[in-house]
Formats: sequence, structure tokens, C-alpha cells
Amino acid sequence: MTRGSAVAIVGAAESAEIGTVSLSSLGLAAGAARRALADCGLAPADVDGVAMSGLNPYLPTLLAHSLGIEAGWIDATMVGGCSNLVHLRHAVAAIRQGQSEVVLIAHGESGRSHIGGAAFRPTPDSWQGQFELPFGTVGPMTLLTLGALRFLRDRGLDRRALADVVVAQRGWAAHNPRALRRDPVTVAQVLEAPPVAYPFTRPMCCVTTDAGGALVVTSAERARDLPRPPVYVLGSGEATGAAMASQMPDLTSSDAFRRAGAGAFADAGIGPSDIEHAMLYDATAILPLMALEDLGFVASGDSGGFVADGHTAVGGRLPVNTNGGGLNYTHSGMYGMYALQESVRQLRGEAAAQVAGLRTSLTHAIGGMFQAAATAVLSTEPG
Amino acid sequence: MTPASPRPLPVPTPETKHFWDGTALGELRLQRCRDCETTYFPPQPHCPRCARGDVEVVRASGRGFLYSYVISHLAAPGFEAPYVIGVVELDEGPRLLTNIVEVAPDADRLPLDLPVEAVFRTVGDVALPLFRPRNP
Repeated sequence: MTRGSAVAIVGAAESAEIGTVSLSSLGLAAGAARRALADCGLAPADVDGVAMSGLNPYLPTLLAHSLGIEAGWIDATMVGGCSNLVHLRHAVAAIRQGQSEVVLIAHGESGRSHIGGAAFRPTPDSWQGQFELPFGTVGPMTLLTLGALRFLRDRGLDRRALADVVVAQRGWAAHNPRALRRDPVTVAQVLEAPPVAYPFTRPMCCVTTDAGGALVVTSAERARDLPRPPVYVLGSGEATGAAMASQMPDLTSSDAFRRAGAGAFADAGIGPSDIEHAMLYDATAILPLMALEDLGFVASGDSGGFVADGHTAVGGRLPVNTNGGGLNYTHSGMYGMYALQESVRQLRGEAAAQVAGLRTSLTHAIGGMFQAAATAVLSTEPG
Repeated sequence: MTPASPRPLPVPTPETKHFWDGTALGELRLQRCRDCETTYFPPQPHCPRCARGDVEVVRASGRGFLYSYVISHLAAPGFEAPYVIGVVELDEGPRLLTNIVEVAPDADRLPLDLPVEAVFRTVGDVALPLFRPRNP
């Protein structure tokens, strides 16, 4: 299979404010979209493809209407928090095939204030409604955490491995003035914090914010005329997982993570050892540990030691979640957009906690409760 | 008259009715593919491994072990925190999500691989399969 022509992220922006914001979900998305277009010097009239998803099936239409875009390419793929990575992957294919020239991918979510957005709850006759909800599951904190005790036990680890993730990422968050949680913490403080769902305490679970973000994607050829350094999409992968977290073939490893990651590396033609920076979706502290193993950054069983030894922290050899992550910076419900934003900032050299001289960054995101995953390999070079 | 439980309750579909009919009788029902011999859960009229439709309903032993769990301290309708959300691996192979009951919600009392057995708790019109520790 031949690799197609290069495609790049040329515009990127988050919403002007995050945290508690007096805007609807659409307002957050549209605001971020305007900022991303301004970032690359393009106007809505330059955009011919739109991608956005949430619980409303017509979000690409709402975005286009809101900004006066006449779109000829639509992607409303909704697979939870990894959706924006899936949109990016689809946009690359569309641009290579000539179906679209400039794609705008936007996300906005009033995840804290709940202004202008629906709340997701499985119906009582769905699989989740019949076989999970009646047993007191309360979304991510009880479902993304379900296999953690087994994960830790199989590896000879204990809860400190989860706290190590928090401490490492809090070190990055200290440099990010927009992060909600910035104070240094110790492993002991994380372990002694109020429990959410044992073995998880509050700092091991993400913050909840109102936030938005947007990306502008186009061909490398078109990127040459634009003002910002292009961030090339070297490769990408997407994968379905089990329909319910409790039905994963192995609750200590995500088959969706493994296939999305392997797909992205095969597409990019490089491997985990070539990646210099990683954004690993972290709604809870177990997810970066699983991603480190499932994407092949470390062997199965070695993620806890890798983090405890400081390799993902400030000064480490694989900086991970350098914005502080969902645990400390922002999480509006679907985090993938914000992970992509930080990869772009790092490769442009404009991050709050900038790592010097980066050429490659990987963004990885989960969808739903391990129901999907997507991975993107980004670079300062077209490959 | 007792007030309705605010606990979210399942609404069966034609594909899952046999499962909930079974719990009402104190039976845990799985399905088995006659072609590839996979025993599976959740209920559906074809095999999730080979997609063929020659399947039968089988009664499970109701025995298994505690595969993993969390002790939820969150507010959930119909629950008094803390409560245990467990994944039980049945002797027949499939796993299911449930509550571990008749034991304190305390990690010291809940070692992984703890042998468990099904108990059926009627809430409203439905019997939910819960699990309690058993002597091996």
C-alpha cells in the first residue's frame, strides 16, 4: 500500500476560556473554530469540510451554519472521546482523495455547566441499561476503573502506581497556568485523598470543565502558503473495542488501544521508539498505564515502573501528558481534542511546558468505556 | 404500599427475555453456540464468535470467582455508598458485571479470585443476579 500525499494540521486553538464558561456547547465549539481559523489566516469561506460530534447528530451542520460555511464534506462520527482523532484520520483520507481541501474539526462541551448539550444515559433496554446500570455504575469512574485492581495485581503493583501517574502529571500541570489542579502533590497525599471508586481517589480521576477546541487540516501543498508551522499527520489508526467495559476480553489491556496504536504506527512507518512525546487520554490514572503497554512504549507489565522511575515526568525521556492531562488540566467529557491540541503546541514549540526540540508526538484517545480508540502520529516533518 | 425503587432497572428486549425470565426463577441463563461451542453473554440470538444462529440457552451453575472490582463511593440511585461493583468470571467462561453482596465493602475482605455464587434479588418486577462469597 502506498502512502498518500502529506496532510497537515495548519490551524489549532482551544476555547478562549476553560473551566466554568458562560457559553453553550455549540458556543464553545464555534468560538474555538473562529480562533483556529484566525490562527492560520483562513476564513470560513476557505473551509469545505466540517467534522464535529456529540450527542446531537447534526453538529457539523450547526457548526457550518453558525460560521457561514458551505460544507461539501461531513463527518459526524461519534465514538466518544476519541471522535476528534477519528475525524482527523478521516479528514486526511478525504484531503488525499480530493473530496475536501480544508477541513475544520471542532469540539465544544459544556461539561461542567451543562449549557446547551444533552447528557448521555443508556436506555434501560440497551445492553448497558440491562447489564451494567442496574448494578450502580456511574459512568467513567466506575467503568474505566473496573479492571485496575486486576491490572495492578497481575503486575505486582499496588495503588501507588496510580498515584505515581498523578504526581508525574501534576509536575507538568504546575507549568500550565490554565490547569485547574496545579499544586504539587505527593504519592501519600494522592492515596489519602477522598475515595471515588476504590482503588481510585479524587486526584486519580479527571477534572470536569467547560471547554472547546478546533483544528484546521489541509494538504501539505496548501500549508506552504499559511503562516503557522505545519504539523503533519504521519499516520493514524482507529478501532472498535468491546461493547461494554465488563465484556472486554481482558480488562487489563484494551484490544482497541492495541489495534488503533498498531494501525497508526503501520500507517506512519515508524515505531514507538521513534516517538518523543505522547498524549495519552487520562480520564482516570489507569489509562496512561494501559496505553503505555498497549501501544508498545513499554513491555506488558512495565508501565508502573516506567512512570515511577520518572520517564514520563518533567525531564523524562518520554514526556507524557505535558498539559497536565485530563487529571489536572481540562476534561469536558470528550478529551481527545485537547490531547491533540497539546501535541500540536509541543510540535510548534509553543506549549506552556515546552519540551525542547521535538519532532514527533503521538496522541492516543479512548472512546466511551473502552468501546473505541484512535491514535495519531504527528510530526514536524512530512515523513 | 412500598415506594418504587429508584434503582435503574433493566427492560428486557425479545433477545434478552430468556435471561430475565431465568433470574425470576432463580436461574442464571447463558447461551451456547452449537457450531463452535462458545458459551456467551450478553444474550443475543447468534454467536458473537462465529455469527451463526444455531444457539441454545443453557443454565449456568451460578458459581465463579471475583475477577476485578471497584468499591464505589459515588451517589447512585438506589444504592447506599460504599458498594461493590464487581466483574465475576463464571465457571462456564463468560464474565458479567454485578454487585458483590453479603460481605463488607472492604478491600481486605475482597481478594481477587474470591469464589462467589449467584443470589437473586427482586427489585420491582425484576430479579437481579448478584453474587456473594462462597466456600470453595
